[in-house]
Amino acid sequence: MRNLFRKAPPYITVPGRARPGPAAESNGSDSLWVRCENERCRELLYGREFENNLKVCHKCEHHARLSGRERVSQLVDEGTFAEHDARLAPADPLGFAAEGASYRSKLSEATSKAHEREAAIAGSATIDRLPIELVVLDFAFMGASMGSVVGEKVARAADRAADRSTALVTVNASGGARMQEGIFSLMQMAKTVTALARLGAAGVPHVSILVDPTLGGVTASYAGVGDLIIAEQGALVGFAGPRVIEQITKQKLPPDAQRADFLLEHGMVDLVVHRRDLRATLSKLLRLYAGVRRLSEVCAETAG
Amino acid sequence: MRRNGRLKFKAQDTPGPGAAAESLHAITSDGRVPRPSLPHEVRPPATFGTERLGGRTSSAWERVQLARHPQRPYTLDYVQLMFSEFVELHGDRLFGDDAAIVGGLATLHARTVMLIGHQKGRDTRDNLLRRFGMARPEGYRKALRLMRHAEKFGMPVVTLIDIPGADPSLVAEERGQAFAIAENLLAMSRLRVPIVSAIIGEGGSGGALALGVADRVLMLENAIYSVASPEAAASILWKDGARGPEAAEAMRITADDLLAFGVVDAIVPEPAGGAHTDHAAAAQKLQDALVSQLSQLDRLPPDELVEQRTRRYRAIGVFEA
Repeated sequence: MRNLFRKAPPYITVPGRARPGPAAESNGSDSLWVRCENERCRELLYGREFENNLKVCHKCEHHARLSGRERVSQLVDEGTFAEHDARLAPADPLGFAAEGASYRSKLSEATSKAHEREAAIAGSATIDRLPIELVVLDFAFMGASMGSVVGEKVARAADRAADRSTALVTVNASGGARMQEGIFSLMQMAKTVTALARLGAAGVPHVSILVDPTLGGVTASYAGVGDLIIAEQGALVGFAGPRVIEQITKQKLPPDAQRADFLLEHGMVDLVVHRRDLRATLSKLLRLYAGVRRLSEVCAETAG
Repeated sequence: MRRNGRLKFKAQDTPGPGAAAESLHAITSDGRVPRPSLPHEVRPPATFGTERLGGRTSSAWERVQLARHPQRPYTLDYVQLMFSEFVELHGDRLFGDDAAIVGGLATLHARTVMLIGHQKGRDTRDNLLRRFGMARPEGYRKALRLMRHAEKFGMPVVTLIDIPGADPSLVAEERGQAFAIAENLLAMSRLRVPIVSAIIGEGGSGGALALGVADRVLMLENAIYSVASPEAAASILWKDGARGPEAAEAMRITADDLLAFGVVDAIVPEPAGGAHTDHAAAAQKLQDALVSQLSQLDRLPPDELVEQRTRRYRAIGVFEA
């Protein structure tokens, strides 16, 4: 699976435009044919149809991974996304260098691959004209591992949401911790959750959407304490990933283990939602929470 | 009380704990912390292997060996030595009782505190039960229950951290390991009683942090604290778990590193040679540190306590703006 992300893309991305997903066999969204990534499917899909279907295979319903920008454009009202904290860039707090792998070189590799400065994209937007603060993780940037920048962007978004009383929506995909930031990576778990605690105290909801794959310190921190937790259909979600578990326990895991439906069955998520329904589901939920606030105002008026 | 015959050191040549602690606070001009080598008499026990990096000795790796020393005092050893009373409380009231996390009411310096800690096993049979301290969701949920209990009755919470890493198993996953850890972080960030944590051995990954969001974080001199065990980090970074010593060095996991980063507030000195050489002396030092931290926190009203804790964690991170 990893190798899919290692391939150097044979195209140049125009800034501001959605980056083609890994499934594209040639020139991104202009490609005529795309092969489904699902090993058991491998259906040849007509490129435009695949794009129109939000990069979901029409045959097997496999949800291909999206770039952060693609995710933003699928979810929010067109033209409403105003990015915040885009200038935050990673530093190298440990001076991490080990044979053949300095953090700096990994970062520049990631930047040229994902065309982003970091794994998190944060901003304000609306969904069906309801305002939200949004954070989206881009798995193509170092597996969307959580370092100081991801932690800071999530914490700032939570602060903005608390100050403006607008719901926080996070779309999470992550391999877990950013090893090259060591203990600073671990501490982002505490930091993000601390910011969410403040958001919770302000009575503002956080909707956490877990997409394929969400693992490690991201699941075990802010993404795991959403007031609502939604898993995108088929998403792999957990703390330890299946490869690690299989390696250590020497047991082969069933193919559906740690997938969205498995989490639903074990009571860990509120909803499993197909990508095509994600925006409408969010819109409906946001309206319901907006309704709560109106009701409390009604109560205050009645009491007054 | 030398328990491991392989450890050779001469008392008169070994600097006292005071001297060691002093040297740990030295920071070089570029802000990096020098890595003090251990007293040259101290060698990791041969049973744990003395890996060398191309002939050089990794001091971080030596700390790893000390942190994992099989005779190192564990939570229940400290409980026996530090508290005049202790009643262990069991179960998460949801699913089960995880022996890898112990907790209960304890008397520290004539006051009642809630003690919670990871617990490793001393022998194979014990470790079947305690899984080397690798806690499961029911363990984190028991800890959460006990912290809520402490908050209700106004008891300070003391946590002792000693976990190689969270339990990598399907049962832990299906019971929501990630969600259990996340809930603990959230609850600890808002808990209205003082929390003091001490990393006594291995502070490994989210399983450590699940007991480690605190007002004050102490770290024993030879303990380690990291986002993943060195072997796991090496396996993630280089797909080669055998490169643990390199990862240990690169990830800066020793007490002096973490003090310089501001992640821990103070280092608790250990007896010369390591805590395993003298459990009673190690416990005395830890007890003194805990009492001193708690008495400082006593002066803070709950709102101020939570506010300071929030600021503490909100400030951790290094990036370019």
